[in-house]
Amino acid sequence: MHPSHLIAALLKLLAASLLLISFAMLSRRRTQRLITLFAWQGAVLFMSTLLVAHSAGLRELYYSAALTLLLKVIALPWILHRLIHRLGAQWDSETLVNIPTTMLVGLGLVIFAFGLAQPISRMATTITRNTIGIALAVIFLAFLMMITRRKAVTQVIGFLAMENGLFFAATSATYGMPMVIELGIALDLLVGFFILGIFFFQIREQFDSLDLSNMEALKED
Amino acid sequence: MSLAGETSRYMVAFAKHDLSFLLMLICGWVILGIVGLVRPHRMGWIARILFPVGALIALGIAVLGAIALLSGHAPQIFLLPLGLPNLPFHARLDTLSGFFLLLLGMAGAGISTFAAGYFRSGEGTAPGLLCLQYHVFLASMALVILADDAYFFMVAWETMALSSYFLVTAQHRIPEIRRAGFLYLLMAHIGALCILLCFGVLQGGRWLFTFDAMRGASLTSFWASAAFLLALIGFGAKAGLVPLHVWLPEAHPAAPSPVSALMSGLMLKTAVYGMLRITFDLLHIRYWWWGVLVLGVGLFSALFGAIFAAVQTDMKRLLAYSSIENIGLIFTGIGLAILFEACHLPLFAALALAAALIHSLNHSLFKSLLFLATGSVLHATNQRSLGKLGGLIRRMPWVAALALIGTLAIAGLPPLNGFVSEWLLLQSFLFTPQIPHAFLNMLIPLGAAVLALTAALAAYVMVKFYGVIFLGQHREPSLVHAHDADWLERIGLAWLALGCVAIGVLPQLALRAAGAVTETLLGQAVNLTSPFWLIAPITSRQASYSGLILLAGIIGVVGITFVGVRILAHGRMRRTVPWDCGYPWQTSRMQDTAEGFGQPIRHIFDPFFDMERELPFPTDVAPHYRIHIEDRMWKTLYLPIARGVQRLADWIGLLQGGRLSTYLLYSFLTLIVLLGFVL
Repeated sequence: MHPSHLIAALLKLLAASLLLISFAMLSRRRTQRLITLFAWQGAVLFMSTLLVAHSAGLRELYYSAALTLLLKVIALPWILHRLIHRLGAQWDSETLVNIPTTMLVGLGLVIFAFGLAQPISRMATTITRNTIGIALAVIFLAFLMMITRRKAVTQVIGFLAMENGLFFAATSATYGMPMVIELGIALDLLVGFFILGIFFFQIREQFDSLDLSNMEALKED
Repeated sequence: MSLAGETSRYMVAFAKHDLSFLLMLICGWVILGIVGLVRPHRMGWIARILFPVGALIALGIAVLGAIALLSGHAPQIFLLPLGLPNLPFHARLDTLSGFFLLLLGMAGAGISTFAAGYFRSGEGTAPGLLCLQYHVFLASMALVILADDAYFFMVAWETMALSSYFLVTAQHRIPEIRRAGFLYLLMAHIGALCILLCFGVLQGGRWLFTFDAMRGASLTSFWASAAFLLALIGFGAKAGLVPLHVWLPEAHPAAPSPVSALMSGLMLKTAVYGMLRITFDLLHIRYWWWGVLVLGVGLFSALFGAIFAAVQTDMKRLLAYSSIENIGLIFTGIGLAILFEACHLPLFAALALAAALIHSLNHSLFKSLLFLATGSVLHATNQRSLGKLGGLIRRMPWVAALALIGTLAIAGLPPLNGFVSEWLLLQSFLFTPQIPHAFLNMLIPLGAAVLALTAALAAYVMVKFYGVIFLGQHREPSLVHAHDADWLERIGLAWLALGCVAIGVLPQLALRAAGAVTETLLGQAVNLTSPFWLIAPITSRQASYSGLILLAGIIGVVGITFVGVRILAHGRMRRTVPWDCGYPWQTSRMQDTAEGFGQPIRHIFDPFFDMERELPFPTDVAPHYRIHIEDRMWKTLYLPIARGVQRLADWIGLLQGGRLSTYLLYSFLTLIVLLGFVL
């Protein structure tokens, strides 16, 4: 087997597992499990970036893979674990609205994403072009997860997962974004994450819980 | 002869730099305002120095306006070193702006002199700040008149609205005044929005916003009509045409009296100016139905204002409604002018337009005079309600005498100026049979009947105004301490009264000024060749009027009677108490009141009002009769609009459910839909 074919096949496998993890996140109740899944998603992203970097011979993509490893596989999951530990929310689970329906909606979204990706992948010249549809699907599924969840921490995980999808879309369509933009996004992510961490404590102080349905009371009549 | 030649040559040389002098004077107003801010609480300095200097500047502007009007020069153009890059401010001085500057300067000089004596330090805005707002208001009105591009016009227009808003809310600690100010600002903004849209239509797709470019734009009949209607709504809201008049009876009483005078006398005229500028200068064509529309709205406003003025019990509200009536008369004239012009009868159009212009000038004089007189009364008595005044002619002889001239003028009695413009307006109605439309030339003479009714009602209103305030007995014991106006106030009032008499006695002066304007706008002026003491707008055989002869006649008759009575009845006169009708226990509360005087009108025009009456029980020991009159427009027009807006807002408010996931769903669905378009 030709090495480039092997790499392409591996990339497809990784992309498929990314999608699988996204579906898994959609159906998990426990916050802790979600963080683990998020870390796994980051790991898959790291591996795929590494593969693309190797096949395209781009040094910048190695850096960006290293950044992914540091930030999304190690730092953020660790901080999230500590955070829910301190918030005493590690055993939180939420009642989800009808998991099968959510799954079906997710399935529809995946089909929509693939349809949407077709004209883009025809224009792209990268070896990863077939995975653009999956990247879009990951974004949509993360968004769907944010919509169906009630807890503040899971909202943030959904947000981070969406960023993963964007990152994957960037690497698969154009071999990654320029380094400056990527660094900027990484920094934004960290800062945003810290701000949200502060919000968690504030929300809990106000409502004695991290359940966002309490915030409905803030609406002005 | 040589002196006259010398003078005219001097005038020509001066007129070349007219516009730059004018702009410098306007700058002077703004500088005065800023100087006032340096020591904002030094009342003496601001009142005795800054306001009189402002009055002198106003006088200078009046002179320059008159020179521009009568020198017969081509319009002057000036590019101001202000504005945005690539979008400088253009100023232009032609006869129309000259006429309105003359009006602004003449009335402004009197009002500023009066204001010098009027403003006292007290609660509300500091005098220095008031001085700034006042002079910025004056300057922005002058700039509105001089502006020659839409951008400059709108900047000046909005400055005018804002500065007057702050002046209206000078007593901002009183909630009703804040409410009145808000209503005024709201209507001013709706109007400004319409004017902005009107300019957007007028540029005709070339995206050039100078008035010169707009004159050259050729619009289709649909777009020309759209521009005209937008201008009518926009300027109508500022002028107070019914049904956009609701702010006027609220804002005018709320403002300090000199400000009411400025707003009613001058600011409403800038709306008239804008209407004339757009209709007769910027639009290249006029349709007859525009004229009918303006005529109808004007007549209705005039009648409406007069009827409502008759039932008011607050003296400043009464004058505010009377302003609506007068603005209605002015727009009636404009409507007739449009109609005649569209029917290719330029001479009659010139007559109607001259009537409208002269009435604008007259109204700025006598309405300012009356508003200022109410200010003096207010200061002397602290009363605005007509029910608590009375008999002031003995305590305030100066104010009473000067206000009498104003009331006679506004009531349209010869030989004062109100008669001149109303006579000209009625004259122009007489030519409507020449209009080549079968129904119009039969219907429009009915308008003349409405006009006559309005004039009679206005006279009725003024009898009530003057009689209840100045004649009879004091209705409150505290009125004994009322004092007359101080000398600066008297000078201001006397200046305006002098203007009323001058135009009334020598109407040829005003007609010549208006003739210069109609010459530029319509290419035709009424007959100006008659001698200075006579006006005969079409031909002297048809109709002519001479204020001077009438005045001489009046003086002669009164003099002969006076002397005759002195000779015949001399020595047989005795002074005694008046007959008490056989009922010796009369008190001053038994006089005819403002309510009582207005009762017949209230009865006859009942359908116009929205009345609530509280009648006392026959057994009541201390009976009180209360009546509350409201404008029907509130319930029939404004409340439904307000409710609709509220319902729409509630409906949109449903989007705000408070649930985070719903908000996320909105953005998600938006994303999906937008991506669906890409697909």
